[in-house]
Amino acid sequence: MRNIWVIARKEFKHFFISPIAYAVAFAILLILGILFYANVLAASVQQSAPTIQIILAPLTTLFLFTIPGITMRSLAEEQKAGTLELLLTAPVRDWEVVIGKWLGAMLFVLTILALTWFFPIMLNQIVSPGIDQGLMLAGYLGMILLSGAFLAIGVMTSSFFSNQIAAFFASLGILLVLWMISYPAQVMGGAGNEVLRYLDMSEHFYSTFLRGIIELKDIVYYVSVIALALFLGSVSVETRRWR
Amino acid sequence: MIRVLGLTKDYGSRRAIDELTFDAEKGEILGFLGPNGAGKTTTMRILTGYMPPSAGKASIGGFDIVEQSLEVRRIVGYLPETVPLYPDMTLTEYLKYMADLRHLRNTKVRIQKVLQDVGLEDRANGYVGKLSKGMRQRIGLAQALLHEPQVLILDEPTIGLDPGQVVRFREVIRSIGQDRTVLLSSHILPEVQELCSRVLIINKGKIVAEDTPDQLQSRLMGAQRVGVRVRGEIGDLPARVEQIAGVTSITLHGEDRFEFESQPGLDVRGEVARLVVQSGLDLLEFRPLNMSLEEVYLQLTRSDPADSSPDAIEESEEPETELS
Repeated sequence: MRNIWVIARKEFKHFFISPIAYAVAFAILLILGILFYANVLAASVQQSAPTIQIILAPLTTLFLFTIPGITMRSLAEEQKAGTLELLLTAPVRDWEVVIGKWLGAMLFVLTILALTWFFPIMLNQIVSPGIDQGLMLAGYLGMILLSGAFLAIGVMTSSFFSNQIAAFFASLGILLVLWMISYPAQVMGGAGNEVLRYLDMSEHFYSTFLRGIIELKDIVYYVSVIALALFLGSVSVETRRWR
Repeated sequence: MIRVLGLTKDYGSRRAIDELTFDAEKGEILGFLGPNGAGKTTTMRILTGYMPPSAGKASIGGFDIVEQSLEVRRIVGYLPETVPLYPDMTLTEYLKYMADLRHLRNTKVRIQKVLQDVGLEDRANGYVGKLSKGMRQRIGLAQALLHEPQVLILDEPTIGLDPGQVVRFREVIRSIGQDRTVLLSSHILPEVQELCSRVLIINKGKIVAEDTPDQLQSRLMGAQRVGVRVRGEIGDLPARVEQIAGVTSITLHGEDRFEFESQPGLDVRGEVARLVVQSGLDLLEFRPLNMSLEEVYLQLTRSDPADSSPDAIEESEEPETELS
């Protein structure tokens, strides 16, 4: 457990050394800010009260495209620079490396999420009688689980490659497929429909967390995705030894 | 300390190492000598737990390298061939990270000590990425020394170092080798000759020779041979040299040179020299014609000339026929 924390801490610090982290955080907050302004303006024209959804809905899409960029270097770079040899010959288990990498990236994304809290606080000021706190908490809980799953898939994909760009596009591809897999389900009936809808990552967020509903099955889904991706990532690191 | 038994590793159909068997004891510096691609790095990677062997067994400090990999990794310090560094960390941060992964205490004191050992204490807060090749090598060694390992495995440790640093490096390794086990690979012969108490010469994945550097040299050299050159009428000198007890053969080379061979273990050089001078000749040259370790190494690792020469001729002829 201690090794996980040591690796996670190093990863987390690394995000603030490299310019990528600042670029990603800046881009996310800027785009959210523009959308926030536009939405509040539109709401005032339409005489309706904007909800927290105007932050969280675009944030999911932003994460979908930026998280592969956050995780792409995690294991691919270690592989390329040969530092993986250092980690794998230190008294550290393979899964501790993978979970440590994921946790470090998770802490970074949590930092970004904490920064976006600025928008609900502002919204709370301009909307009377304030925003729905339950809706916000459910939304942010879903957001944390969703980004955790994105990051786990990103770290897993990074373990397959020694090239960061390849890792980026591969994890973006996997995320997009999992994000939209329920689209074909709309024309399908029966069991296939059910299965695809269950596998879909957006399905577990948009229809529940975003509407303020916390359901155990959705939490179980995201936690399972995280566990499965990290497990496959560990297996992939382990098989590197055999190649 | 290190026990290796029938260690084999295949990369697909290519056999990188083939049934290696050797031991290394505490207080021993074992040299791993061989041309590029002989299997040195593969062996070291297996011993450090980076990759598993295809067959065979090995243990370090009594721990099996496959079954008890974590225990092995705890007592081994490893400097890989390509020094693994994080360029955007400072030297202290890098060493702190490695120390934390090994759950060490007194990290500050340890870091300071290893930085001094490798002579980088003035760079402690500089970035790893700004270091020169030789300094990278040294920080790599510092990382391997951090936990005072019982076994130190160094893959070509002196590459890229300037001569002054090499001397320093050897001192550090030698002092460690006194009470711990060091396994180092190299293709620099004088280094192995100077540092190691025992040498393994490995070629194409197989051990072709194993002994102390001196023994290896004398074993392959066989009898002692000395070349002599004199000034003056050589006359019956060769015949008289041949009569000295212990001289087994004598070969004449022209008017003023000859070579004599003596029985192994018998030093007759003094007597021969005296005889030359007593005969009223000037002794111009008196040169032992021993095989150096370098020649031993080349002889052992050279592929059989009988196999390769016909190919070489064929290859060299082909372009000519194409031209005409």
